[in-house]
Amino acid sequence: MGSFGSKNSVLPGFGPALGYTIFYLSLIVLIPLSALFFKTATMSLDEFLAAVTSERVVASYRVTFGAALLAALVNAFFGVLVAWVLVRYRFPGKKLIDALVDLPFALPTAVAGITLASIYSPNGWMGRLLEPHGIKVAFTPLGILVAMIFIGLPFVVRTVQPVLEELDQEVEGASRLQTFCRVIFPTMLPALLTGFALAFARGVGEYGSIIFIAGNMPMVSEITPLLIITKLEQYDYPGATAIATVMLVASFLLLLSINLLQKWSRRFAE
Amino acid sequence: MVSTGINTSGGKGGNVTEPALVRYLLIAVALAFLALFLVLPLSAVFVQALEKGWEAYLAALKEPDTLAAIRLTLLTALICVPLNLFFGIVAAWAIAKFSFPGKSLLITLIDLPFSVSPVVSGLIYVLIFGLQGWMGPWLQAHDIKIIFAVPGIVLATIFVTFPFVARELIPLMESQGRDQEEAALTLGASGLQTFFRVTFPNIKWGVLYGVILCNARAMGEFGAVSVVSGHVRGSTNTIPLQVEILYNEYSYAAAFAVASLLALLALVTLALKTLAEWKIRQGLSAAKER
Repeated sequence: MGSFGSKNSVLPGFGPALGYTIFYLSLIVLIPLSALFFKTATMSLDEFLAAVTSERVVASYRVTFGAALLAALVNAFFGVLVAWVLVRYRFPGKKLIDALVDLPFALPTAVAGITLASIYSPNGWMGRLLEPHGIKVAFTPLGILVAMIFIGLPFVVRTVQPVLEELDQEVEGASRLQTFCRVIFPTMLPALLTGFALAFARGVGEYGSIIFIAGNMPMVSEITPLLIITKLEQYDYPGATAIATVMLVASFLLLLSINLLQKWSRRFAE
Repeated sequence: MVSTGINTSGGKGGNVTEPALVRYLLIAVALAFLALFLVLPLSAVFVQALEKGWEAYLAALKEPDTLAAIRLTLLTALICVPLNLFFGIVAAWAIAKFSFPGKSLLITLIDLPFSVSPVVSGLIYVLIFGLQGWMGPWLQAHDIKIIFAVPGIVLATIFVTFPFVARELIPLMESQGRDQEEAALTLGASGLQTFFRVTFPNIKWGVLYGVILCNARAMGEFGAVSVVSGHVRGSTNTIPLQVEILYNEYSYAAAFAVASLLALLALVTLALKTLAEWKIRQGLSAAKER
């Protein structure tokens, strides 16, 4: 084991450190995750397909992936705007606001969930303003969108911000709009896509902040993670496992594309 | 992902070319968006927690079930954070200080729990330790309860907080290289002495950063814990699950009172995180000058 390490380093402990890393990783992450695939493998293909393509399940994919896509688009737009304002302009309270952007990472999802639900319920702070105009947010798919925008908010800001900081010194000449379209936008595009994909992935898997505001109506505002829990509570383990496998494969694919995007943006930066 | 807004390059805002009107408009729209999605929810937690006054607020926190939930949450964090801290340091040592094939695959695998839905994270432990799971019959025969009990909550929490310390320390230790450690070893220090006297002082703010984020997630995790907890009042409810129960019983003021504890934790986390980021950046620029 030590041969790789000692060839390029005189530092001790490579063998035990790598060994423990792989041991703990297998014990906590890899073996438990493989349980999902083994359990799925005990189902026949027909059973599996029936479980993951039933009408209610497909409706939940549409709600989950659709809302996550919309939320990631909203966050892509406002994320660039917030990063732009934080990097290029000065205004009072800027440092505080910069720190606050990470709130959705730090605030437990259940707290976000009950708070958003209460703000947007018909007699809540926002609900009271929106209700007279016929806009219902809480207990509708729109509520899911609001919760997903909240939890995905920091991603694009934090991926685009460093790129804009690097650029800040160099942007000179040409007209402003031209500079933005020809120089700034292409340079930050890889980072923007990375942030977008991270926000989308987070939205797809999210549970805690959504279930309080969604209303959870089957076929209308029921997200896939909730459906997994519902199946578990009905002791439909194969059903829950099959849907979870679909979700897991979706997140693997997203993780793969995020990794490729990050490689691309690193090459861009150099 | 250490890189956040603080600028190290000096002359910020020197190249502002937009007209003042455009500038103010962009600032106003950005701030309005943040006010709507961040400030409003955060203030709503505290306003609704205190809606029925201090007395009711404190009474809600002193509820025996709530106190039990607080104890369980603290216990869970106290087990998870040290385990993942130790793993993070060991993994970062192997990955950042040595080169070996398959390194980027290993880093991707360490990040994996972040991209798994919390509900799926809980489910996998049910599939292993639940009654119908791999080890279910054996565990039942030996009267060991993992699912719908505290060990399941701890395991699911370890899973969801697994990457925090490692993913913070790996890039930090990579950027610091290994010259200082090699020098210490040449001068006759032992491996552990080298780690504690040379490496650790260089990474201590990175360690703090990883630990506070790991702790915040451990105390606040909802989805994964919800699947494995069984929701037994006073024994397998963590703080977030207690918030859910109170909310679903329409005890809104009490739910928000308990939720405000977690919101305070989030604010402390953000403050410490900002401090750690600032110190890390200071350390890196000092190292560059040296």
